[in-house]
Amino acid sequence: MKGIIAVYRREMGSYFVSPIAYIVIGLFLLVCGWFFYRILTFFIAQSVTAQMRAMQMGAPPAMDVPGLVIQNFFGIVSTIILFLLPMLTMGIYAEERKRGTMELLMTSPLTELQIVLGKFFAALTLFLVMLAPTLIYQIIMSAYAEPSIPWAVLWSGYLGLVLLGSVLVALGSFISSLTESQIIAGVATFAVFLLLWVLDFGARDSSSTWSDIVQYLSILRHYDDFSRGVIDTANVIFYVSLAAVGVFLTQRSLDSMRWRRA
Amino acid sequence: MIEVDHLTKSYGKNVAVNDISFTVSKGEILGFLGPNGAGKTTTMRILTGYLPATTGSARIAGYDVFEQSMEVRRRIGYLPESPPLYPEMNVQAYLEFVARIKGVAGADIPNRVDRAMEMATLKDRRDELIKRLSRGYKQRVGIAQAIVHNPDVVILDEPTVGLDPKQIIEVRKLIKGLAGEHTIILSTHILPEASQTCDRVVIINRGRIAAVDTPENLTTQLKGSERVQMEVRGEEETLREALEQVDGVTKVDIEPIESSDHLKAIVESESGTDLRGKLAAATIGKGLELFELKAVSLSLEDIFLQLTTEETAQAQEATVSV
Repeated sequence: MKGIIAVYRREMGSYFVSPIAYIVIGLFLLVCGWFFYRILTFFIAQSVTAQMRAMQMGAPPAMDVPGLVIQNFFGIVSTIILFLLPMLTMGIYAEERKRGTMELLMTSPLTELQIVLGKFFAALTLFLVMLAPTLIYQIIMSAYAEPSIPWAVLWSGYLGLVLLGSVLVALGSFISSLTESQIIAGVATFAVFLLLWVLDFGARDSSSTWSDIVQYLSILRHYDDFSRGVIDTANVIFYVSLAAVGVFLTQRSLDSMRWRRA
Repeated sequence: MIEVDHLTKSYGKNVAVNDISFTVSKGEILGFLGPNGAGKTTTMRILTGYLPATTGSARIAGYDVFEQSMEVRRRIGYLPESPPLYPEMNVQAYLEFVARIKGVAGADIPNRVDRAMEMATLKDRRDELIKRLSRGYKQRVGIAQAIVHNPDVVILDEPTVGLDPKQIIEVRKLIKGLAGEHTIILSTHILPEASQTCDRVVIINRGRIAAVDTPENLTTQLKGSERVQMEVRGEEETLREALEQVDGVTKVDIEPIESSDHLKAIVESESGTDLRGKLAAATIGKGLELFELKAVSLSLEDIFLQLTTEETAQAQEATVSV
């Protein structure tokens, strides 16, 4: 445990002195803010039209604007992090290997698992720091919302994002552990995430056995329930086990460094 | 303290370290001397547990480097060829981090870090970011990092490479200061460094140990013969005659010294003899003028070259000496 904390603390320290973390967080908040604004104005306009139509036709409008905004917002955010997280994870191991500090870690009385977990939790914490400011949007919306915000959907959506984020961080750091070059790690992670996204996109509307399998494996697909306010244990287990697989693979990858020509 | 037993490391067909064995006792400074690519770094990496050996074993403080790697890692400090530094950290924070991952108890960390900075004379740079330090200071941070947890064994891979002469002297002094309390292995391809800093030298070439001994013994043992160098004015033939008739002389080389009418003579004799007096008498007895006469010993440099150029050197040795 002490080893994990030591690695975690150093990792956190270096995140917040490097410009990349600030750039990624800034970009993320900018894009999220823009989308939130677009979604919000779109649904407000929709609901105004619906209200006017209802007044003319006489039927009462049944439009849950905050609920729709939240659901659509989470759909967008889950895609955005797919594209931004590679930038946060690409350097996790590649940079250490390039600087030779991996040799320090590997010759210290730390197990590979301690190194991997320390770094994993640090990257996950950074992801939470990145995500936290988006709560402000919800708080502002809640002040004016009518009907009021469906808080259960909100929290399940954030839980889903954290789980999805931990899978992506685990996969990204595994890819980073395979190379000495940050650029290669970043591009490869990006390609893998893009593939995940395309898989999901392609399989959504067809209905064959294959597309069912692909859909089951698609990590974004499992997010849909969370963004609708449904916390399904199957989905939670899916994400947690995928993240565990990522952590395990990274640990194996570090172990194998000893056996490869260094 | 360190026992290396028939250690071999191969990468596929390529054998980097071939069946080497040696021991280092407590408090000793052992120098690893060899040309680049001789297997010095590989051997050190095996000792630190960074690489596993193909066959053979190594023990540090009684613990097997492979089987009981964690115990070994607690007891060693290691400075790889390029110091493993985090440029964005300051010196003190970096050393505290290293102390923590090396398992130093929380309460001891400030003391240990202070002591390491003191030994490496880094105290006035403690708040400086590592990336702003000069090469020499970075190297000192690297050494401080290797001793911060007060390890029994300190392994330094080319600790003076890339430093300027003043920094080299400082780093050597620092290493010498560490001996006694710590057992030290350092590698170098610079001969004077090995002879100046180390108690014993392992000469390693192409993965094999060519010789293990103290720098002084290596010099005497491998000399095989004594050499005297003379500067004389006179006839070359007369000089040769005079020198060759002295008892015990095995070989005489005479050549003119450029831009003067002096001659330079190298006289070899069996080892353990000192013919300086007789040679002087013989020279003067023939009416030649003697300007200079001195015993020359083979430098470690010569031995190193002899040992590491292998077959060619062996062939040469057979003709040159005794």
